[in-house]
Amino acid sequence: MVPFNILVLACFAYVAFLFLVAFAVERAAGQGRARWLRAPLVYTLSLSVYCTAWTFYGAVGYAARSGLEFATIYLGPTLIFVGWWWILRKLVRIGRAQRVTSIADLISARYGKSNALGVIVTVLALCATTPYIALQLQSIALSFGVFAAGTAGGASAPDADTTALWVAVGLALFTILFGTRHLDANEQHPGVVTAIAVEAVVKLVALLAVGVFVVWVVAGGPGDIIARIEQSPRPEWALQPGRWAGLTFLAAVAIICLPRMFQVTVVENVDERHLATASWAFPLYLFLMTLFVMPIAVVGLEVMPEGANPDLFVLTLPLAFDQGALAMLAFLGGFSAATSMVIVATIALATMLSNHIVMPLWLALARRRGGGGGDMRHLVLRARRLSIIVMIALGYIYYSFTGGSAALAAIGLIAFVGVAQILPALIGGIFWRAATRVGAAAGLGIGFAVWLYALFLPSFGAGVAIPETVMAAGPFGIAWLRPQALFGVEGMDPLLHALMWSLLLNTAAFLVGSLVSFPTPVERVQGAQFVNVFDISGGTQGWGRSVGEAEDLLATAQRVLGAEAAQRFFQQAAADQGKDGFLPDTPPDFIERLERRLAGSVGAATAHAMVAQIVGSSVVTTEDLMAVADETAQIMEYSSQLEAKSEELARTARQLREANRKLTELSEQKDAFLSQISHELRTPMTSIRAFSEILRDAGGLPAEDQHKYATIIHDETIRLTRLLDDLLDLSVLESGRVRLQAEDDNLARLIERALGAANSTAPDRDFVIHRDPVREDIALHTDSGRLTQVFINIIANARKYCDAERPELRIAPRLRDGHVEVDFIDNGTGIPQKQQALIFEKFSRLTDQARAGGAGLGLAICREIMLNLGGDITYIPGQGGAAFRVGFPQTMPAQPHPARADKDEDEDGDADEDAARAADGSAAAVNLP
Amino acid sequence: MGKHALLIEDEPNITEAIRFILARDGWQVSIHGDGADAVDVVARIAPDIVILDVMLPGRSGYEILDELRAGAATRDLPVLMLTARGQERDRRRAEDAGASRFMTKPFSNSEVLAAMREMVGP
Repeated sequence: MVPFNILVLACFAYVAFLFLVAFAVERAAGQGRARWLRAPLVYTLSLSVYCTAWTFYGAVGYAARSGLEFATIYLGPTLIFVGWWWILRKLVRIGRAQRVTSIADLISARYGKSNALGVIVTVLALCATTPYIALQLQSIALSFGVFAAGTAGGASAPDADTTALWVAVGLALFTILFGTRHLDANEQHPGVVTAIAVEAVVKLVALLAVGVFVVWVVAGGPGDIIARIEQSPRPEWALQPGRWAGLTFLAAVAIICLPRMFQVTVVENVDERHLATASWAFPLYLFLMTLFVMPIAVVGLEVMPEGANPDLFVLTLPLAFDQGALAMLAFLGGFSAATSMVIVATIALATMLSNHIVMPLWLALARRRGGGGGDMRHLVLRARRLSIIVMIALGYIYYSFTGGSAALAAIGLIAFVGVAQILPALIGGIFWRAATRVGAAAGLGIGFAVWLYALFLPSFGAGVAIPETVMAAGPFGIAWLRPQALFGVEGMDPLLHALMWSLLLNTAAFLVGSLVSFPTPVERVQGAQFVNVFDISGGTQGWGRSVGEAEDLLATAQRVLGAEAAQRFFQQAAADQGKDGFLPDTPPDFIERLERRLAGSVGAATAHAMVAQIVGSSVVTTEDLMAVADETAQIMEYSSQLEAKSEELARTARQLREANRKLTELSEQKDAFLSQISHELRTPMTSIRAFSEILRDAGGLPAEDQHKYATIIHDETIRLTRLLDDLLDLSVLESGRVRLQAEDDNLARLIERALGAANSTAPDRDFVIHRDPVREDIALHTDSGRLTQVFINIIANARKYCDAERPELRIAPRLRDGHVEVDFIDNGTGIPQKQQALIFEKFSRLTDQARAGGAGLGLAICREIMLNLGGDITYIPGQGGAAFRVGFPQTMPAQPHPARADKDEDEDGDADEDAARAADGSAAAVNLP
Repeated sequence: MGKHALLIEDEPNITEAIRFILARDGWQVSIHGDGADAVDVVARIAPDIVILDVMLPGRSGYEILDELRAGAATRDLPVLMLTARGQERDRRRAEDAGASRFMTKPFSNSEVLAAMREMVGP
């Protein structure tokens, strides 16, 4: 017999050992040396938190009472891990992508970060877990009781309640120490996980040891055991197919939905690949755990006295055969199972409680007080520690009230049905994008209510939570509302009845609620992200990611803001960072600016969701984001397309109108020009014909007249020839095909030659020429013949048209930066301002002196020559007389002046209009020699 | 003394040629070279016939003709129009203005004389 004190001592030693393990692992993890501890095997063993005291002790009791049915509790999880592991993989992927901290957090995040849903799940989990914790406390108290009963000096053994209280306090301490050590509340708990793994080994070894002892020591080996099992015909062991199916399903759901299972499977997962190992290793673990359950139950029923609690066979059998050490091991196994469950469940629940209830409440109160600020992390940890104490206290209170009367297995199954209510919202959330917050809330709410009413509250016993009259006749005598016979379904197993109705109504409400409501933008984004978690290539890290991120942001921004605006925004941001192109780095301030910009178009919530999803560690596909901004983006894109089109049309129309106007103008110019040419040719020809007819027909004409008329004919012939020469010259100059010959010369010599040649014009007029010999001394390299032609034209014009009584002409040259300018200024009245613009046009006549010779092409030719020389000729107003400025480069450029063609085109339009008017006879001509 | 012809033409050589052939044919010839005051000159001289150039300094021959046709005294005055522009629309313009005859430069001397006689002749 093991003395009770030694047992207590062993317990303390064991806890201290676990403590050391956890502490060592935490330290190693802190220093980054804990890699070997985070192996797939540790992960798999930590999953054994599924096997609680209920499994360790209760499975044998279950088998003793109901035969093989206990196997369903292992069958469900095995099916999930072997055949449906992909659901778990998806949960794990989502959990890592979204940094999910609990199952309530996952549901809340999936449905638009709704805290209301988080609260519902938390309360549900709290209700389902509290009895479960009570169950563990009970099992420990019972197992202590077994040893205490066997001790002679019973005085030293406290009663069960006191034991349970001390155990609860111890567990709370342990959980607080390791579950809330980190200031960063989101972190995982490597120490706790490792301690759980150690406990898993202890559990397994203890159960196997008892099993081996029973099979090979108490019984006569496997054959004997099989025979004993065969010889135990008990009516209540008969298989009930309905219950089998229901319980297998229930256990399968539980492995997914139990908060503590979610904690170890998803939250504590460090590597998705560990799940692959777990998919075969965990079922194997479960198999080993069940291997000796039936033999222990059968042998226990045979060997132990009538009325012995079959739930404690694992302990009492070794004790009965006086195997103290084995009993101690079994005790530690049960202790391990109970403590691991309480620790993990409490951590999971504490996270949910603090995140979804305590923190929001505290923040709301702080806001009302006008406070806030402070160190949030300390607050979070305080909230968690408080939550842990509350959880374990609730478990203890539940244990005290129910007094440990119900069978262990019953409590476990009730809890299973409770957490199963999360299933529709969970599975719908990760596989069905149209699932909405409204649907999830409706399903969870109704399922929770049905579970409470039909299963949880009645489990306290008739008359405790629900009056006996209600149980028997329904509330207000409504028979179809009886808790265990809802809607007239009678005679069904209460557990299956509650499971069926709660899940059925839950799922129906979830589906209907989702179909009749519209998801908010955040829900749409989250939904897409959860459902399509595998479409997103995970884990590209480092700065390569920031480019992709910027690209995604740009793609989204383009859809919202329009391509041009978005590109401008990004380009500007990139330029501010000193980068080329459209992809800036994405520091927080840029993200903030972008979000504000997007918010202007799609509203703050959507903008935040869109940006957050791209910038966050996880990525939504671009396609999903497009869906969020669908309406806005499509409308904006369509309207901008229309806008672009109409703008293009307007532009084309403008171009067409412009082209049409030009063509009309050109046509008019051509007509005017031809008409002008015709006039200029016919006029001298008229004189020639008339006089030649006179000379031909008239006999006896005085010799004087004969000579005079012959001279007219001669002069007019020359005038015709000159007109044709000018036209040809102009045509060559205008076409740019003129051949210029640059040669070295001097400006003074050129002016000298021009003055000499111009003397033949109005030779009778006495002109005073003012020159500047010093400034004239400019060396030139240009086509001096053409340049002289221009000078002659200008000087001859002055000689003809200067109306001063004593005409003077000032020639003022200057050289600046290789550019020569020569001004010719006379002292006449000059050219009226109105006509200054058109004197360089063809056939522009400012006076009526057509007979002065020339056809009005002189200045037009001058301008063409100067353009060809790379210079220009302009009229400078306000000089007191007619003033022309000839400007040209000192050295003629190799190519004709590039501005030539443009200039021609620009000025032709207006000029020819004037030319046409001039041709009508109202204007006069500047005539040239 | 022959009939009185007024020649309104600004080109000196052409003026001289027409003056010569008309004078030789026995016409009394007056000459004016500006368009601006041509109508006044017509009123003052009161010729039997007017030879009118289209392109004149000061005022176009068409405008002068319009005004002559508007005046009571000169409504039926024979006017021979001369133009150096030989296009169809110039001819139409002259007819619209009420020209008795329209001739394109360069002209044949004998044709001018024949037309003159026909318009004012016996």
